[in-house]
Amino acid sequence: MKLDKSLIYMIGFLVGILIASPWLPQWILFIITLAGANGLVVLGLMLFMRLGLVSFGQALFFCAGAYTTGMLCLLLKVTDLFVLLLASGIVAGFLAYLLGFLLAKYRAIFFGLLSLAFSMILYGVLVKSEKLGSTDGFTVSGLTIFGWTPETTQMKIVLYGITVLSVIVALLFVNMILKSPRGLLLTAIRDNEIRAEYMGASAKSTIHLIYIIAGVLSGVGGAIAAMVSGHIDPNMTFWTSSGEFVFIAILGGIGSVSAPFVGALIFGAIQTIAYGYSPNTWQMTIGICLIVVILLLPEGLWSLVEKMRKKSRV
Amino acid sequence: MSNLLIVLIDGINYAAWLFISAVGLTLIYGVMRVLNVAHASFYAFGCYVAVTLAGYWFSHNYPPHLSFFALFGASFVAGFAIGWILERFLLRYQYAKDEVVILLITYAVFLILDDVLKLIWGVDPYYASDPYELLGTFNVGDMTYPNYYLLMIGSAIVLSLGLTYMLKKTRSGKLLVSVIHDREISSAMGINVGRFFSLTFSFGCALAAIAGGITTPTISVVPGLGVDVIVLSFAVVVTGGLGSLPGTALAAIIMGVVRSFCVHYVPQLELFVIFSVMALVLVFRPRGLFSLAEARKI
Repeated sequence: MKLDKSLIYMIGFLVGILIASPWLPQWILFIITLAGANGLVVLGLMLFMRLGLVSFGQALFFCAGAYTTGMLCLLLKVTDLFVLLLASGIVAGFLAYLLGFLLAKYRAIFFGLLSLAFSMILYGVLVKSEKLGSTDGFTVSGLTIFGWTPETTQMKIVLYGITVLSVIVALLFVNMILKSPRGLLLTAIRDNEIRAEYMGASAKSTIHLIYIIAGVLSGVGGAIAAMVSGHIDPNMTFWTSSGEFVFIAILGGIGSVSAPFVGALIFGAIQTIAYGYSPNTWQMTIGICLIVVILLLPEGLWSLVEKMRKKSRV
Repeated sequence: MSNLLIVLIDGINYAAWLFISAVGLTLIYGVMRVLNVAHASFYAFGCYVAVTLAGYWFSHNYPPHLSFFALFGASFVAGFAIGWILERFLLRYQYAKDEVVILLITYAVFLILDDVLKLIWGVDPYYASDPYELLGTFNVGDMTYPNYYLLMIGSAIVLSLGLTYMLKKTRSGKLLVSVIHDREISSAMGINVGRFFSLTFSFGCALAAIAGGITTPTISVVPGLGVDVIVLSFAVVVTGGLGSLPGTALAAIIMGVVRSFCVHYVPQLELFVIFSVMALVLVFRPRGLFSLAEARKI
């Protein structure tokens, strides 16, 4: 399998941070870990965008993953990190498998709005379930790894390590998918679905498959977010949360599998800085960035990287 | 029997509110193929303008019954003006882009305007219940209802009839219908499509602001109140068939009544019943209740 250079840089960066993690300030580690979790969700959105679809409800699977982790922890006392991650991925993936039968038939704005409806249905259910803390949610704590319970500071490094591991696996897997015939089909379907079907490809089954992959990625991302922030609430599946993921996807662009993570890191940075300087206008900062990116860099920040590459080649 | 009546009255009132809130969205989409997320901000803007003006009006002892015209008028004017600015200086240059990209641009505008509202009015809640109390109540059986219900339902009926009349009977309405059907041919026939777009967008935004203005006396005006409204409006217009006026009305009535049944009998379902109706309708009618067939791209 041929690896993109950007992929190697991305993995190098993540592992480098992991090695440096004991000496880094904790808030930086927190931001990067959360960016990794967001990046996993956005990686799924990037696949949709290659298909020409935009989902306004991807937070559904993000939240499903987070609640799977939280509920296993709270109700069944399962606390092992790997088990929780795996379970969240499976639950979210299964949910995506079921919804996929329906959603794979929809295109353009209807795909986005129907997925929005499903995420809002989950929101309605969670808000009304008082056992799960209703709108306040509940805390996730007491996590272990292979029977070992790390202290708070160690835990942050362990969680970061697990995030790096998940991100690397996801990067390699999605890279493999995109290089495969099925992955090359994505762009063909976006450009002209009917022609792609005349060539013998099934748009529906491709979209369904991508929907499941994106669901699993988002579920794992949600589980990590739940573990890192230690708290989950129904707002994770509110439409504004899906909106943030779409924003990150636009910010990063769809040029490479690393782009969603670059987008997520920059989103984390913008959010932290904007929130730190003026908490009442951070949304405005995000909005202005979004307009600037759409108007000036329609292919996302990744197009800058590609431009630089072309220049260095000349 | 009387229970059923109560449910129906609540349902119709909610349906009227849904219709008023959503009609601007469907109008803009129908003409311009722009799904305007910033609708939420215009709704909130209408609320703030109305609540501020109501405070001023009633503290200065102006004739109280005229306050309605002032409230709705001010919301309308504010919504129209900001909508016009938005269309003229930002959206006008984006129409060549994909539907979803334009949606994202309006999402960005929503994020920006939401914070502008916080900068202007702060984060404290505002109330203006004077117009609400002013109208008094009416009785159905032993239940007492505020007359404001009637105002809401009346406004919805006036709006739907007025818009239908404008589209079907007036000269500019007929021209607008031709723009909806084919903007290139309309343009070739000498219709100023650009002007129709900017008027429609401003008018749709003004309708959102009016919806906010009408709702204001019944709620407390707090930051972020548009966020809930916009998803409900999305649900209504998509269920009705994007861009269809009768579809929006029918979807609003179905959702209003179904929600009212849930609130009275199974309150646990209240929050997600509207989206369940939407999902259910889209399963059987993928483009909504009243949708036009569209040509496939080969």
